[in-house]
Amino acid sequence: MSFWDFLIAHRQEVLSLTVEHMTLVGVSIFFAVLIGIPLGILITRVPRLSKAVLGSANVIQTIPSLALFGFLLFAPWIGARGARMAILALTLYALLPLIRNTYAGIRNVDPAVVEAGRAMGMTDRQLLWQVELPLASGVIMAGIRVATVVSIGLATIAAAIGAGGLGEFIFRGLSMVNTQLILAGAVPAAVLALLADVGLGALERRLGALKGRA
Amino acid sequence: MDAAAARQPAIEIDHASFRLNGRALVHDLALTVTQGETLVLLGRSGSGKTTTLKLINRLLEPSAGEVRVSGRRTAEWDPIRLRRGIGYVIQDGGLFPHFTVERNIALVPQIEKWPLERTRARVQELLGLVGLSADLASRYPQQLSGGQRQRVGVARALAADPPILLLDEAFGALDPITRAEIQKEFRALQQRLKKAVIFVTHDLREALLLGDRIALMEEGRLVVNLPVAEFATSGEPLVRAYVEAFSGGEAR
Repeated sequence: MSFWDFLIAHRQEVLSLTVEHMTLVGVSIFFAVLIGIPLGILITRVPRLSKAVLGSANVIQTIPSLALFGFLLFAPWIGARGARMAILALTLYALLPLIRNTYAGIRNVDPAVVEAGRAMGMTDRQLLWQVELPLASGVIMAGIRVATVVSIGLATIAAAIGAGGLGEFIFRGLSMVNTQLILAGAVPAAVLALLADVGLGALERRLGALKGRA
Repeated sequence: MDAAAARQPAIEIDHASFRLNGRALVHDLALTVTQGETLVLLGRSGSGKTTTLKLINRLLEPSAGEVRVSGRRTAEWDPIRLRRGIGYVIQDGGLFPHFTVERNIALVPQIEKWPLERTRARVQELLGLVGLSADLASRYPQQLSGGQRQRVGVARALAADPPILLLDEAFGALDPITRAEIQKEFRALQQRLKKAVIFVTHDLREALLLGDRIALMEEGRLVVNLPVAEFATSGEPLVRAYVEAFSGGEAR
C-alpha cells in the first residue's frame, strides 16, 4: 500500500487528528498573543523590567520540549488533562517570539515620529494605539508567524502526554516501526506549518506595507 | 485679545537651566517672545537650542528657573493641553508614515474631537495655505517630495490654530532651491498669521531672513539676543565668527 493509499484509507482519522492539532496550536497562540503582546508593550514602558521578562521567556525556550511536557505531568491541577498541559507548554514556548517582537517592533518606530506625536499633545494611549502599534504591527505579525510555525512542529510531541494531534500517528508509527504511520503524522504537520508560514507571511507583508507605502 | 493679554509675552524663559547627569545643557537662559514675533535661536549642534524648545512644550522641565507660556508656568500646565496649543515642526516633517496627508494634518483636530466636517474644511484650507494642491490629501508621506512633506509638517502644526509655533531645523533637510522657496513662503505666512514663533537653525542666512530677533546660543548659554538689523554689525566675537563663516568666498 502506498503512502497516498494509506492516507486515503485513514482519512477520517487523519482529518480529526489534524483538526485536533490545529486546535492545540490555535488555542496556544491565542493565549500567547493575549499575554505576550501586553507584556511586550509593558517592557517598552517600564524598561527596567525588560531584562527580567525577556530573560525568563528566553529560559523557557531553552527547556527541551519533551522535558517541559514531562514536567507538566506532575503539575497538580493540569496534570489530569493532556490537552490542557500541551496548551500550557505550547503557550509558554510561543511567548518569547511574541514578547520580543512586540518590544523590538515598538522600539524600532522612528523616535522622531513618536516625539512629533508627543509634542503635538498626543497622550501615551493615543501614541500607542495610533502610532506605535500600527507601525510595529508587521514585526509583531512576524512574531506570531514564527510562534505558530514552531508550535505546529512542537505540538507533535504533545501526543507523548496524551494530548492528541498529529503526533499520535508519529508515536504510534515509532513504536510499531511503521514508516507510513510516521509519515501520516509528519507530512500533514509539515503541510500545516508551510501553509501557516505562507498565510501569515502574506498578512505580515500587508501590515509591514503600512509604513512603507510608496 | 485684550490689551493686557497683548502686552503679555507668549513665551517667557526666566533664567531657566536644564541639567542632565550633572551637565548643563541649558544654563541660566532668559528669553521672551511676544505674539507676532519670530525669534531665531541660532547656534551649532549641541548648543542647547532643541533642549530650549523642549522646555517650552514641557517635553523637558527646567532644573532651575522657570518657563512661562501665556503667563503660566509650564509646570502648572496640563502638558497635553499645553502642547496642543503649540505647533511643532521638525526636520522632514516628522509625519506619520501610515497616515495620509489629510490624517496627518488633521492630527490635533482629530484628538481634539472636532466634528468631521470642520476638520475636512480645515485640512483643505491648510493645504491651500501652505501651497499644496488639494489632491495630495489622500497621498502618503513617502509619495511626496521633501519640500511637500515639509509643507505638510507646517500645515499639521497650524491645524488647530495654536498661538505658538516651534520649528526645529524645520527646513534643514531641503535642497537649496526648495528651501529658499519655503523660507519665503513661511515669512509671508507669519506676516499674516502673527504667531509667536521660535525658529531653531544653525544657518545664519535663514536666521537673517526669517527672524525679528536672533538669539545666539553656545554651550547652553545665551551669547547675544539682538534685533536682526543689529546682529550682523555686532562686535561680539562669536557673532563675528558666524558672519565670517557665512560670508566666506563671497566678495564683500
